[in-house]
Amino acid sequence: MTPQPNALEIEDLVMHFGPVRAVDGVSLTIPRGRVTALVGESGSGKSTVGRCVVRLVEPTAGTVQIAGTDVTHLSRRRLRPHRGAVSIVFQDPAASLDPRMLVGEIVAEPLRLAGKGFSRREREARVAGQLERVGLRAEVARRYPHELSGGQRQRVSIARALISEPMLLIADEPTSALDVSVQASVLNLLADLQRDIGFACLFITHDLSAVEYLADDIAVMYLGQLVEKGTRERIFARPAHPYTQALLSAAPVADPVRQRQRQPVLLGDDLPSALDPPSGCRFRTRCPLAFDRCATEVPAQTPIGDGMAACHLVQPDGTGPDVRTTDPSEVLS
Amino acid sequence: MSTVSAPVLEIRDLSVSFPTETGTVSAVDGVSLDLAPGEIVGMVGESGCGKSVTAMSIAGLLPGSARITGSVRLNGTELVGARESALRRVRGQEIAYIFQEPMTSLNPVLTVGRQIGEVLQVHERMSRRAARARAVELLTRVGIPSAAVRVDAYPHQLSGGMRQRVMIAMAVACGPKVLVADEPTTALDVTVQAGILQVLRDLRDRLGTSVLIITHDLGVIADIADRVVVMYAGRVVERAPVDDLFAHPQHHYTAGLLSASPQPGRHAGTDRLTEIPGLVPVLSSQPDACTFADRCPAADARCRDSAPPLEGHGGTDHLAACWHPCSMAHQEANR
Repeated sequence: MTPQPNALEIEDLVMHFGPVRAVDGVSLTIPRGRVTALVGESGSGKSTVGRCVVRLVEPTAGTVQIAGTDVTHLSRRRLRPHRGAVSIVFQDPAASLDPRMLVGEIVAEPLRLAGKGFSRREREARVAGQLERVGLRAEVARRYPHELSGGQRQRVSIARALISEPMLLIADEPTSALDVSVQASVLNLLADLQRDIGFACLFITHDLSAVEYLADDIAVMYLGQLVEKGTRERIFARPAHPYTQALLSAAPVADPVRQRQRQPVLLGDDLPSALDPPSGCRFRTRCPLAFDRCATEVPAQTPIGDGMAACHLVQPDGTGPDVRTTDPSEVLS
Repeated sequence: MSTVSAPVLEIRDLSVSFPTETGTVSAVDGVSLDLAPGEIVGMVGESGCGKSVTAMSIAGLLPGSARITGSVRLNGTELVGARESALRRVRGQEIAYIFQEPMTSLNPVLTVGRQIGEVLQVHERMSRRAARARAVELLTRVGIPSAAVRVDAYPHQLSGGMRQRVMIAMAVACGPKVLVADEPTTALDVTVQAGILQVLRDLRDRLGTSVLIITHDLGVIADIADRVVVMYAGRVVERAPVDDLFAHPQHHYTAGLLSASPQPGRHAGTDRLTEIPGLVPVLSSQPDACTFADRCPAADARCRDSAPPLEGHGGTDHLAACWHPCSMAHQEANR
């Protein structure tokens, strides 16, 4: 028996919008049934990666394989049979649901587009089942999106995304537009559905607490490139890249006693432009530990377990300095 | 500290409502809070709870259609119903604001130096040259590198974090007693947010500015606030020192909020986030009930026919508006 292909394999993905180098050589694999979080700040290119995967944009270079099929340059027609294998949920459900369509039509649309020849009754039954699965009553099918709350609308977009039983779900900041109490229910729902159905998930977010809650693996992106990959346990316990370390130290924890003992690593506010990224390591202009070599040489990816870190200071055994505790003057070139 | 010195800002029983086509909508319903000199008070709540309307009403920034009752006193001077000319003197000099999106608050066709300078020229009657020199000082204080160069930059030439630092520099130009920061870091990345919170703390430490920070982010509250006010559906439901609030929340809404946000070290494989069932009610549709009753695990008949007052539980400075506060629920369960 041949091994089953991974849910997603991205190799050397490049996406340039004119002179803007939004994504610049990203490789990422998501095995079946695993949740990988793609973390980064605004402008890092994380959403563009997701858009390339669902082919909302056609990548400049590199390949995207979904369940073993290279979909990078398939024509619209050839792509159609593979559309059902991957779905996307966007940040703002108010903007991603057609206000003139009934919820039932919205949720059924992927089935209609796949042209699987369901009868109307079959389709309605599936929609009802799908709505129930995401915690909505079947009657919601006869409502319009504007009649629902933000959390309910996000449940509708999840129902739509999962009706084609995709192998891979792209969730692009699915909870960022929601209030805390509603976020909790959407995160719980995603966790439950993922466990029950077993789809793989690319969870794109800047919210580190949600990442720790939902992800199995984590990929950290900075200015169009991945700087670190690893399991959730390893990244949170022993982040190797200075950027990952700074990111984890900067996110405040909702516990005043613990938060007072933490000292955020302050990076400068000036994120370099993706039009003209810094030479060598792209993080060097904000890195407290940068030294001469960082400007001249692109850091290689040092393997750490199944993951990696791209930093000159990370040793072959995966250890290195921690910006949260290191005095920058002690790091010598 | 907060118990010895007289509060610089006193809000008493503040209510704000707006007339609409379908009747009057109450946005803020009887809010009271104090801000002591040099104190940072965090106001937390979800969208639509009235936290921004409360903030805007302090210095009369709401549209004319808003109906405001109650009292807002700044160093003893009443601001509710004050004349526009009086309010104009107060704004900038006594109370300053920063908002979520600095780009919409800055003028895109003026350099940041001119914009900060304008505040000083108007309020402090400084010459243009003196104002510019002061602007450079202020930009340095809020952590902008090479401020002498950046003073001539236009807003679009700066990053989001830098723009927010410019807003803070402008806000504190005249040394206000009170800084109202409405979601100042919500549009920013976490690494930039940490720097902005540092600047606010630094202003308090060095200039003794009191800060009212409004946010929906409990991490930000835990990081910066001395005391916390929790709002729900237009009312204050809990008010406490920050450690007390996180360690012993009394109102079930606060407790729900705290356990709804993912905690470090928790994962979906072993843990579930607490959900708060139901929806936020239409504002003040139940004037004689606890507005949280329909979503509350401890609610009973009493909660549905009388609104609980904000009163002390487990300490004089820990107040909650609840008939069955969490600590009591524990006692009842243990009995």
